[in-house]
Amino acid sequence: MVENAKDVKEFNVVVIGVGGQGLLTLAGIISEAALKQGYDVKMSELHGLSQRGGSVACQIRFGEKIYSSLIKPGRADLIIALEPLEALRAAKFASEKKTTIIINTHKTKPVSVMVSNEKYPSLEAVKKELKDFVKDAIDTDATEIAIKATGTPVTANIYMLGIASARGLIPIEKAMLLESIKETVPEKYFEMNKKIFEVAK
Amino acid sequence: MHKVLLGKSGKKVLLLGNEAIVRGALEAGVQFASTYPGTPASEIGDTFSRIAKDAGIYFEYSTNEKVAFEAAAGAAFSGLRSMVSFKHFGLNVASDSVSPVAYVGVEGGMVVVFADDPSGWSSAQSEQDSRCYAKFVHMPMLEPSNSQECIDFVKIAFNLSEKFKIPVFIRLTTRVNHTRGVVTLSRSVKGDRKAKFVKDLEKYNNLPPKIIKMHADISKKIENIRSEVSEKSELNRVVNNDVSGELGVITSGVSFNYVMDALDELNIKLPVLKLGITYPLPKKKIGEFLKKLKSVIVVEELEPFLEKEIQAIAKDANPTLKIFGKYEKAEKRGGEKLFPIAGEYTPKLVLIALAKAANKKLDFDYDGHMEKYNKLQIARRFPVLCPGCPHRTTFYAVKKAAGEDAVIGGDIGCYMLGVFPPFETLDFILSMGAGLGVAHGIKKAGLTTKEGKRKVVAYVGDSTFFHAGIPALINMVFNKSNVLVIALDNRITAMTGFQPHPGTGKTGLGEPTEQIKIEDIARACGVKNVKVVDPYNIKDMMSTVKEFLEKDEVSVIVAKRQCYLLEYRAKRRKGIETPIFEIVDELTDAEKKAIVEFGCPAYYIDEEGKMQIDKSMCWGCASCVQLVGQGKIKPMEK
Ligand SMILES: Cc1ncc(C[n+]2csc(CCOP(=O)(O)OP(=O)(O)O)c2C)c(N)n1
Repeated sequence: MVENAKDVKEFNVVVIGVGGQGLLTLAGIISEAALKQGYDVKMSELHGLSQRGGSVACQIRFGEKIYSSLIKPGRADLIIALEPLEALRAAKFASEKKTTIIINTHKTKPVSVMVSNEKYPSLEAVKKELKDFVKDAIDTDATEIAIKATGTPVTANIYMLGIASARGLIPIEKAMLLESIKETVPEKYFEMNKKIFEVAK
Repeated sequence: MHKVLLGKSGKKVLLLGNEAIVRGALEAGVQFASTYPGTPASEIGDTFSRIAKDAGIYFEYSTNEKVAFEAAAGAAFSGLRSMVSFKHFGLNVASDSVSPVAYVGVEGGMVVVFADDPSGWSSAQSEQDSRCYAKFVHMPMLEPSNSQECIDFVKIAFNLSEKFKIPVFIRLTTRVNHTRGVVTLSRSVKGDRKAKFVKDLEKYNNLPPKIIKMHADISKKIENIRSEVSEKSELNRVVNNDVSGELGVITSGVSFNYVMDALDELNIKLPVLKLGITYPLPKKKIGEFLKKLKSVIVVEELEPFLEKEIQAIAKDANPTLKIFGKYEKAEKRGGEKLFPIAGEYTPKLVLIALAKAANKKLDFDYDGHMEKYNKLQIARRFPVLCPGCPHRTTFYAVKKAAGEDAVIGGDIGCYMLGVFPPFETLDFILSMGAGLGVAHGIKKAGLTTKEGKRKVVAYVGDSTFFHAGIPALINMVFNKSNVLVIALDNRITAMTGFQPHPGTGKTGLGEPTEQIKIEDIARACGVKNVKVVDPYNIKDMMSTVKEFLEKDEVSVIVAKRQCYLLEYRAKRRKGIETPIFEIVDELTDAEKKAIVEFGCPAYYIDEEGKMQIDKSMCWGCASCVQLVGQGKIKPMEK
């Protein structure tokens, strides 16, 4: 399905979640794989205050020639949301024309819900709202699946990347993604990550 | 091995802007680097810290930016190539020494990297545009747009610095610091100069009346750099030079990326003057560029720094030119204000402005999309103190003990989060060390009235204490106020990414060193009431606060406990399990209220309205156990 990667003019990925969920690692894996695939790549990260349990959106753009690392509203091709509330927040980047969003349904409730009576929406509500914004939404309890398959929730993000790869939602060859995973995760955890990546459908 | 150390020439790798700055310095043969951490520039120092030993160079985290700047100047006086880096506020702190060093000049190349933070992604204090410093202190300034340029510009900056014997600024903004991009590595050069400070009082003395001559000399130097470098350099170049048209663009730094992006989306070509050297500006080159145009759009974030200069140049070069930008005068000349001064630019903002200036239609309704999006109700996620954070127990105890009426000064660090619910316990936050200084002023101002009876507390982080707290503490003792200072001593500079400070016992090179104790310093400053308290002990903290608030002199409580995120990570790395707590007994309303006021992110209310602890969020610090009756919150059985 990735026959001629070079033909991709630009491809925009948002990885969104809560600081501390391993966003930078996942976004880094995708960016490195895009470079291996021969694309020009830009990835925007934010460090500092935004990381302390706040909402974080890493943006990756790759293609023939990429100038800015920031994705304009409505211009994402793929969104990987590590958390349902953040999936909703990512609607800003999404368009009905082309965006697929993959959502980890495992919730991380913000403190605002407890201390200032803000509402945490149900998964159904999130999906309903997102309908108006995306072409396709895939939800998965990646955290539970990761715990079952590998004994730890930390592989959930790789599982989600696995889904994107298996369904042809990202124009990077599987081998490149795997190589990038190999170079990124500690050696002793590679097999476990490879396994969950390959389990994904 | 870290990527910035790779020797292979021609290899393509992805580097963060901040890492690319370090790589550029290595390729230029840097031998001395110093910093005080500050996001978005922190990873420059952190990368140096990681690689300095392997690269065979000296690196330090200095006590503050002024000291860091001075250290780098000392190295440059001694003939080495040196680099100092900090965030924009760091330049404020260093600024007192910057002018004189620029005046006397350097021997080895010296590059001063600073990072502005439009929109304040990681800066609370202000949205300052520090480019004006270049003009103010007469130092050349280069502005890279991406990681590759970070490498290239740093190398050029070192050569420029050495050729003209003047320190050179590299100005970055958050989106350059924190964007990863593809770079090609050239072979890195290992600096091998032997440091030698050559005495030369004629050069290094800047007493009056000599400063008058020095001022004239440095102005001359800048003019020489303008004509010999800025006018000629490829860093100031016209992109799409072959295109002729009525509309042109002038831009620099990160805005250049948004411009190119927008031209792509609009499917048009315009001549774009990309300014890599923004001080001193190539006035002739700009004039030549303007001559061919009917209108120009100036794309720069924050202040109209370039635009004002362009207005002035246009007066002679092209008096009827329309200017689109952000400066009031633009409108008077038939141009239009298309940009705000406040807030960072986005690709969308620049796209819409360019479309307007070029009379082009957009193929996507961005405003309609955003309108639709803004209707969504999405619970906010403010940043929170981590589970187990010792600042949380301190806030909780001090708020209870000091009472609602007490004035509580905040300062800069993770503990800034005390402004958010549920704490809302800080009455002001200004700049590093200002919590103490301003608290003292508030105390003194009320002295002759009832206001003087009001309790005043000032929080200060440990790194902040060493950085800027000590003079303010001495001032309190010297001028006899009785503020209660609470030093939040979590043993590390946490907010910016866990850099060691003078109290940590480790240098930036990872070597053990003296651990300077805040309590020792406080005593040496003449503070009579000093106590070290474990912040996890809420009772002890409360009684100490109450006791010290009755004193007639300054008091200092050192709330000493290691940052729990660091401790938790270390435990996990070593395979030490931490318990996960659960609520095993019905909580009273008062207990529930206490838990809410405590604000640990591991707590939530479930669908049935019951208070619960999220298993994946509890890090087992056990501090919440103190808030409820004995045995009601317990570690889960395995
Ligand atoms: C002049 C200046 N330099 C650097 C910074 C960046 N900065 C923000 S918070 C902070 C560290 C505070 O550390 P500490 O006082 O130990 O508090 P902690 O985060 O550990 O709670 C720094 C360096 C700044 N805001 N101003």
